[in-house]
Amino acid sequence: MRVLTTARTAFTALRRNPLRAMLTTLGIVIGVGAVIAMMEIGAGSKAALNKSIASMGANVLVIRPGTASSGGVSFGAGTTTSLTPLDCQAILRECPAIRNAAPMVRARAQVVYGNRNWVPNNIYGTTPAYLDVQDWSNLALGEPFNERDVLNANRVCILGQTLARELFDGESPIGKEIRIKNIAFRVTGVLSTKGSNMMGFDQDDVILAPWTTIKYRVSGTSLANVNQSTSSATDSVNTLSNLYPSTQTSLYPKQSSVQQANNPMPVRFANIDHIMAAANSAAEISSAIDQITEVLRERHRLQAGEPDDFNIRDMAELTRTLSTTTLLMTNLLLAVAMISLVVGGVGIMNIMLVSVTERTREIGLRMAVGARGRDILRQFLVEAIVLCLTGGAMGIILGHGGSLLVRYLLKWPVETSPSAITLAVFVSAGVGIIFGFYPAWKASRLDPIEALRYE
Amino acid sequence: MELIKLHGIEKTYQMGDISVPVLKGISLTIQQGELVALTGSSGSGKSTLMNILGCLDRPSAGEYWLDGVATSQLSTDERALLRNRKLGFVFQSFNLLARTSALENVAMPLSYTAEHLSDGEIKKRATEMLGRVGLADRLNHHPSQLSGGQQQRVAIARALINHPPVLFADEPTGNLDSRTSEEVLQMFERLNREDGITIIMVTHDPKVAAHARQIIRMDDGLIQNSAPASFPAQQPPGEPS
Repeated sequence: MRVLTTARTAFTALRRNPLRAMLTTLGIVIGVGAVIAMMEIGAGSKAALNKSIASMGANVLVIRPGTASSGGVSFGAGTTTSLTPLDCQAILRECPAIRNAAPMVRARAQVVYGNRNWVPNNIYGTTPAYLDVQDWSNLALGEPFNERDVLNANRVCILGQTLARELFDGESPIGKEIRIKNIAFRVTGVLSTKGSNMMGFDQDDVILAPWTTIKYRVSGTSLANVNQSTSSATDSVNTLSNLYPSTQTSLYPKQSSVQQANNPMPVRFANIDHIMAAANSAAEISSAIDQITEVLRERHRLQAGEPDDFNIRDMAELTRTLSTTTLLMTNLLLAVAMISLVVGGVGIMNIMLVSVTERTREIGLRMAVGARGRDILRQFLVEAIVLCLTGGAMGIILGHGGSLLVRYLLKWPVETSPSAITLAVFVSAGVGIIFGFYPAWKASRLDPIEALRYE
Repeated sequence: MELIKLHGIEKTYQMGDISVPVLKGISLTIQQGELVALTGSSGSGKSTLMNILGCLDRPSAGEYWLDGVATSQLSTDERALLRNRKLGFVFQSFNLLARTSALENVAMPLSYTAEHLSDGEIKKRATEMLGRVGLADRLNHHPSQLSGGQQQRVAIARALINHPPVLFADEPTGNLDSRTSEEVLQMFERLNREDGITIIMVTHDPKVAAHARQIIRMDDGLIQNSAPASFPAQQPPGEPS
């Protein structure tokens, strides 16, 4: 009842000078409006920024096989042949934090088209999932190869922009045949431009082809020449009978050396060079790493205490950039918000001080008819808060409308933020209390005799 | 019955190093139901005495009993409550709230002590009070739409809304022409006569003072004489002169 009466008195007092009340509120309206608009536009920009950094590969994990060693000699990362395409499928199937995963086979060879040739940085054998992992699904031309191409080891490929330029020079590469190590590949598509990566490598200098094709037709990489520690080299004519070296059971009866020499069979080495996996978001990277570790240790039958035969790298640098950028944006927005609210608050204080001076006689009169100091204090404080809250409400509408306008007219990304709105309400009430207190306190300390005599 | 009793009231203002005595020991008694005029030349201390009587200011020395309460010991808040309950003020410049209806102006003092009253009761009391000062048809007029006399009557209604036993009027007719002054003074007389409200007027106009039944003349911080008016108005009811 009492609060209601005071609020109504405040409204009545404010209504007596509507123009001044409106101008006063304008400071808060603009302040809160700016805060809301900044928060919403800022949140949208932040999300867009996060997305573009994520497209640089911030969510990507690289799983490499571990280090082989023999007799105390280490052969360097990636020298064991522990990763298989089935590992990749298992990761995709069993890790909820992983969005997509692609097996990778690398080769380096000369590429020839007509009378031109080029040695690309990377010839990657992979699956169509790679494009999704790298956020590269928009091709400039043509189409990507598909899963069937991978299963059949079809000789198809996608070219990076650099290769398309070097080999075709303006001509459309779609449907043309290029040769890699004398094996003809039909070009099905051209990747969009990605530019250099953070290390300065040209990411467009690449050919993507089904991993099976690269593995079995182009790359000579096998257990025999990658892993020098294994003794397969001594098994001179090669074992040939194992379809997959990792599986222990033999599909065919053991052949004698003579039989093997007479019927050479290609060994389908099914190890891959690395796996690229994309986590759902930057926040889920660490849980993705845990899940992958668990899946791979189980699949590779590693006992507790045995070291991993693989290692997982995340793009720590990019992730750090991402979190720094996010923090920076948040702080920037907060600073702008604070400044505009302080400006609005000073405006309120200014007008309230003017109002107190102007209404000195009224204050004196109210004291003469029995208002105590705290009644006056409350009255002016409530007036300031009413002004601020009204201004806050109008500011929310203005700010939200402004950010919607920005969204439709400028096509900026905008995100509605309910937390900003709640914050604005509390902050505008807070500003009213803080900046309304001094004038109200000043009013409450007036001497009624002096105040009544004030001209 | 003694409503107001002063004993040895002194008031000294401190102007830097110099102390300026304004009231130099005033003792006086005012009975309930009196109509008193406080007169004197300017600088005689009548306004200061009025402020002390109205509990707006504290004396430097001396005792003041209002309706049996020793006010010198009261805190600021207690004095505010006392003003609200027992005293009404009418000022020379009316002091109405601008752009506020007569009704709201009259109801204003109730917002400080009368939380128990509902909106309807507050409105009823204010309407009734405005009716008593003859402004029943001007409830929603703003001060700028009222004449000076009507404004002063609104101010009187406001002063009486809490049914105080004492009404202070500081130069109540100072801003009014003679005809309206006469109306206002007659209203004071009527309130004093019919409702038994003690009225204390500060004025330097002998014609205004002539309406009072008792005139207290002040000079240089002292009461020169306290005498019944030379041509007294009507007798208060139930009190032989």
